Amino acid sequence: MQNLIDGLQMLAQWQVVLALLVGSVGGVIIGAIPGVGAAVAIAILLPATFSMEPIVGLTMLLGIYGSSMYGGAIPAILINTPGTAVNALTTYDGYPMTKRGQAARALSLAYSASFFGGVFAIICLIVLSPVLAMIAPHFGSREIFLAALLGIILVVLAHRGQIFAAGMLAAFGVFINTIGLEPVKYTKRYTFDQGWLSSGVDLIVVVLGIFAISQAFALLVGKNESPDARPVSGSLLGGFKELLGHKRIASASASFGVVMGMIPGVGEFTAQFMSYTYAKKTSKNPELFGDGSPEGLIASEAANNAVPGAAMIPLLALGIPGEALTAMMLSVFYVHNVIPGPQLFQNHMDFVMALYIAMLLLNVIVLIFLMFSTNLLTRIIQIPTRFLGMVILTLSFVGVYSLRNSATDCAIAAGFGVFGLVLKRLNLPVVPIILGMVLGGIMEVKLRSAMARVKTPFDFIDRPIAAILFGLIVLILALHVRTVIREHKERLSEAEIDHDMHDSQQG
Amino acid sequence: MDRFKTFQDMFKRYRRPGDIVFSVVFLVFSLFMLSQIGEQTVWKKGTKLFAQPSFWPAVSLGFMSFFAILHLIGSACSPRIEGRWSEVLLWFRSLEYVAWFLVYVAAVPVIGYLLATIIFAVLLSFRLGYFSLKMGLIAALTGIIVVLLFKTFLQVKVPGGQIYEYLPDGWRSFMLIYF
Repeated sequence: MQNLIDGLQMLAQWQVVLALLVGSVGGVIIGAIPGVGAAVAIAILLPATFSMEPIVGLTMLLGIYGSSMYGGAIPAILINTPGTAVNALTTYDGYPMTKRGQAARALSLAYSASFFGGVFAIICLIVLSPVLAMIAPHFGSREIFLAALLGIILVVLAHRGQIFAAGMLAAFGVFINTIGLEPVKYTKRYTFDQGWLSSGVDLIVVVLGIFAISQAFALLVGKNESPDARPVSGSLLGGFKELLGHKRIASASASFGVVMGMIPGVGEFTAQFMSYTYAKKTSKNPELFGDGSPEGLIASEAANNAVPGAAMIPLLALGIPGEALTAMMLSVFYVHNVIPGPQLFQNHMDFVMALYIAMLLLNVIVLIFLMFSTNLLTRIIQIPTRFLGMVILTLSFVGVYSLRNSATDCAIAAGFGVFGLVLKRLNLPVVPIILGMVLGGIMEVKLRSAMARVKTPFDFIDRPIAAILFGLIVLILALHVRTVIREHKERLSEAEIDHDMHDSQQG
Repeated sequence: MDRFKTFQDMFKRYRRPGDIVFSVVFLVFSLFMLSQIGEQTVWKKGTKLFAQPSFWPAVSLGFMSFFAILHLIGSACSPRIEGRWSEVLLWFRSLEYVAWFLVYVAAVPVIGYLLATIIFAVLLSFRLGYFSLKMGLIAALTGIIVVLLFKTFLQVKVPGGQIYEYLPDGWRSFMLIYF
């Protein structure tokens, strides 16, 4: 209880309140514009948050992270174009509802399901926090190494059908993290005697290149479009009443979101797939799914909005990010010398509580904002895409340059921008690179310190949590092999598969 | 309507034209880097394997090359998709915008963040085909807003332009701090 009060006090500063407002409202707007997304916005804002207090900077980034999916539902429902990648499933049932003249109902349902998912996840976390605080200290170097290894394996396996590509890109991420002067023996690694490579390749520079600049390039070289979203009329409050009629679906979907959000490398898509399948299997009207089913819409939006809250668990409790956005947030912690991990839960529970409360508040702010501004947002969506590319490029400059006023950083970021564009065009995933960089760094440090006390290989897994994590890794790899064999036998032909769905799954 | 039937279908990503070009380039890059491991990393005597400076580069490059070979085999065995070279050409077209970006980066320390951003936004929007006065003004306004937000309000570290030195004393410090 004391932690809760301390957390509230931490939030009661005007800078935090302003950051929360800017983050949550900005996140909705950014999420609503197809082609921007939370990753681009967070990448650009990261260096600007370094000069802020950790709680202020993180509140703003969390605001963007937690609210972008609300905004992303608007174009998904109105124009069949997901605002963010995780709203792709929302188009399945949201857009058919719009075509039937039920746009306001669909939006209202999406907002209320998102709100329910978001709040449900945070309540789960607040309840779970004491348990986490109890378990987290049992994570030593070898457990954190194994958890990071599990995260890398999961992120590679989650990219089904592109596992080889995801594997090589994750390994590429680990590799670029090793470039430069290593801190133990002070030897140079892959610097090719170039001074600018001695300090290594900065994560923020890579993130800005791969997420922001590449998106700008993709928009600049692409066709000019101006999405046409019509304003909606009708009450946006009715969704809450309708949601009450689907309590079971909403709770189950939010639970899938929480569980999947906690597992590194898995995230929104798996949560949505599971909740959507569950909703369809247990529905009285399964034939409506994909053709304007309110239950399908609830399953998709409640699940994806429950993920950001849950994704903070491995980040805060173990210092292990499960996906790209939390990986970016990890750098904010490092810059301020606040190292997330077991000690954060033990010694700074008030800080953790403050973050949870901020997330709870952002859901309320976003909902109120959306009630009044949905029609305004339908006009913002109409920004021509190539113009948007110019704006993102302008913003990317300040993101990279403000880091350390280095033109070399800008050139490296532009290089990664071209690389990211190629990956986007080829429909190859970029997230494994970022997770490879972050988790690779963690694995290197933790393995070195763990091996100092390990005599035989079995010593590595002689503690219960290490043994469980090792068992999980073996089990996941074994299950994967089994699934590949089974699905190879049951595979669909090319013509039967919905390509649009997959093409929209960028990143 | 069943759009996907198995877990694999839901997450499957599909090849696009140009995949094999990327696969070859990536494999060559991986193998070249792996071949440099003796030159570019150090093997310290008396140090355990896991603490060797070359351990993680070797592991990562080993996996990179291994997966790149498999990816290339996958690409080579799949049916050819039309439009390979036009796709590669499109990748190269992005280099024009790299040049725009780098000129902007070079211009900021000389003519100042505000002026460089306005000129960059307006000229680039002309280049993109937005010729009207209205779009030019919107681009200029966007540039001003970006500078006001980041430099004036958030006070991010962007150095003042060399041309600020020619301004009168009061103006100079004002421009250096806020623009």
